[in-house]
Amino acid sequence: MKVFVCIKQVPGVSEVKIDPKTNTLVREGIPSIINPHDKHAIELGISIKEEYGGEVIALSMGPPQAEKALREVLSMGVDKAYLLTDRAFAGADTLATSHTLALAIKKLLKETNVEQKYIVICGTQAIDGDTAQVGPELAEELNIPQITYVLKFRLEEDDKVIVERAFRTEEVVEIETRLPVLVSVVKEINVPRMPGVQGIVNAYQNKEVIYLNADDIGADKSEIGLNGSMTEVWKIFIPEKKVDHVVLTGTIDEMVRELCINLHDDKVI
Amino acid sequence: MSIIIDSEQCTACESCIVACPYGGIEIIEGSAVITPDCNLCGACVDACPVEAITLERTEYIDKVDKSQFKGVWVIAEHYGGEIHKVAYQLLGKGRQLADILKTDLTIVILGTNFDQILSSFGDYGADRVIYVESKILKHYYSDIYVNLLSDLVSERKPEIILIGATPTGRDFAPRLAKRLNAGLTADCTGLEIEEETRNLRQTRPTFGGNLMATIRTPISRPQMATVRPGIFKASNETKKKIKIIKIEKDLNETDSVTKVLKVIKKQKTTVNLEDAEIIVSGGRGVGSKEGFKIIKDLADALGAELGGSRVTTELNWVEPDRQVGQTGKTVSPKLYIACGISGAIQHLVGMQNSEIIVAINRDKDAPIFGIAHYCLVGDLHEIVPILTKEVRKIKSED
Ligand SMILES: Cc1cc2nc3c(=O)[nH]c(=O)nc-3n(C[C@H](O)[C@H](O)[C@H](O)COP(=O)(O)OP(=O)(O)OC[C@H]3O[C@@H](n4cnc5c(N)ncnc54)[C@H](O)[C@@H]3O)c2cc1C
Ligand SMILES: Nc1ncnc2c1ncn2[C@@H]1O[C@H](COP(=O)(O)O)[C@@H](O)[C@H]1O
Repeated sequence: MKVFVCIKQVPGVSEVKIDPKTNTLVREGIPSIINPHDKHAIELGISIKEEYGGEVIALSMGPPQAEKALREVLSMGVDKAYLLTDRAFAGADTLATSHTLALAIKKLLKETNVEQKYIVICGTQAIDGDTAQVGPELAEELNIPQITYVLKFRLEEDDKVIVERAFRTEEVVEIETRLPVLVSVVKEINVPRMPGVQGIVNAYQNKEVIYLNADDIGADKSEIGLNGSMTEVWKIFIPEKKVDHVVLTGTIDEMVRELCINLHDDKVI
Repeated sequence: MSIIIDSEQCTACESCIVACPYGGIEIIEGSAVITPDCNLCGACVDACPVEAITLERTEYIDKVDKSQFKGVWVIAEHYGGEIHKVAYQLLGKGRQLADILKTDLTIVILGTNFDQILSSFGDYGADRVIYVESKILKHYYSDIYVNLLSDLVSERKPEIILIGATPTGRDFAPRLAKRLNAGLTADCTGLEIEEETRNLRQTRPTFGGNLMATIRTPISRPQMATVRPGIFKASNETKKKIKIIKIEKDLNETDSVTKVLKVIKKQKTTVNLEDAEIIVSGGRGVGSKEGFKIIKDLADALGAELGGSRVTTELNWVEPDRQVGQTGKTVSPKLYIACGISGAIQHLVGMQNSEIIVAINRDKDAPIFGIAHYCLVGDLHEIVPILTKEVRKIKSED
């Protein structure tokens, strides 16, 4: 069985800050990291392999520097890593990204001639774009069932898959389906392992990151990158921070009332 | 399509480097140069003070005949027999968009047992309901939703489709978009119409809310967006006479590749401060564990999570996983109310990205007031209960 895990390298956005004086993005020394959800996806992939056997394959579409993210997951125990990198992939929206990932998965499935028993695992969402769209779009393109926001995953005989899906904060739904399947995971599903020393040595000495470009996956240039995107980023801007201080005055009742009117206008209550 | 830099114009001021979220631009030999990390987002174009950077767009070639697509759709979701409130909010916004576009507004419901309430959607501005009825649609099924909706959309061709950005909406919307080969913008907080082109400008936070992006879908239709609950207001100003289209479907469980085994209700045990929309936090000023009751009451009235400064977690006035700050959680809710918290930097780093900060403190020089949007100087023991009462009143009127 093949377990494909899609990972994305993202800027560590919790460290992206706005300089209040110049009103610009401070990104000095911001490290690129593996999208936090995707580490949980990798952990699930490796634990499936440990329990049921198979091969864990990590895929990432991104610039050459994303090799670092793939090395990191190799050191966690991933068997193979592919980096989809090509200028033609740049500017992809989620439609074009999922198309690219789907082409790569189809190619790898064909090459190894495995029976169509496979699992694709994604993070629920990437912290840079926060769209949570790539997983379901990838499932559609592969024409396999999808289960998003997965909290628990288990395999049973006859390729039966049983998962718990976080539906709403106070509700979990248990769902059954069959392989092949795509799941996107939430952070609560597991605790990603730390790579051991041997894992790190392996990742750099015994394993390789295989580069694939648009031709390698047989992509039509009109369906990838910016050309394959239906959406267009028209403008990016820094949200206006409310800097106006309102010091509320009067009796307590008056202060409270004025506060509530303001908060209501601000649409927070 | 590419970013073009006029090296003659470029003054190497580095404004573009600062603006670039991807690290995709560098200064080499006195001029900005694009690196492989560039994602063609165009942030540098707006940032350049001397207009040396342009985003060269290939000519737009429409992928579909856009003139065939008309009307604004809202797709409702429901749980336990009730329509999710975001559907009403989307009707409020959808009405405005439809009026600007001089077209009509449709609400689409896939469910069962809704006959009684269908005509009421006219009160919220809808011109039409499309109601697909089947017993099985009591529950949500990704694939059945996508199958039914893609058929409806292909047949009736709406130009805009709005969906709540809930776990359900964010599950079927992307798959539907892919099947329709339509652009989809996630989790929008702003929607506007560009009148000449009928394009929908969809604004949403990215990079953890540090940046906003406005997205368009200029070359294809429909234009799809998921929208955060609580952003737009439901409105019953324009009452419409509603047209009901009921489509009965004979579906059963085998029509889905997934099966719902059971629905597990769980009580909220894990504290999820990071995702909370509103947090009410208390500090040493609260005075005691018992004193937190009034803070908790305010949190409950607002539907908020409870937080605390380190002092309060150390004294066990609140649970440890509710600590906000450097050694606690980093939060960015829409509203953060700090009661009796001084505003030490270790606390501030954990909450300063909150959209709106309210501080209640009796010391008018407390540092928390330095970053608060609304400042209430006074005794929290007097202010908080009155605030709670006022909030309850507002909520009961809504
Ligand atoms: C390494 C390190 C890490 C730390 N990490 C954290 C962290 O993660 N989170 C954190 O919170 N702190 C952290 N701290 C502690 C931090 O420095 C402060 O000590 C702490 O935040 C203070 O909590 P406080 O505001 O509740 O208490 P105080 O600083 O004692 O402030 C109490 C405030 O309540 C007001 N007040 C009193 N009575 C009333 C009343 N009746 N009505 C209205 N106002 C009243 C007072 O005017 C005062 O401003 C850390 C410290 C260190 C050294
Ligand atoms: N460029 C990419 N390469 C590999 N996986 C990706 C990429 N973009 C998104 N994904 C996967 O899709 C998930 C959701 O991403 P998004 O839709 O961008 O929020 C991520 O958690 C990844 O698992």
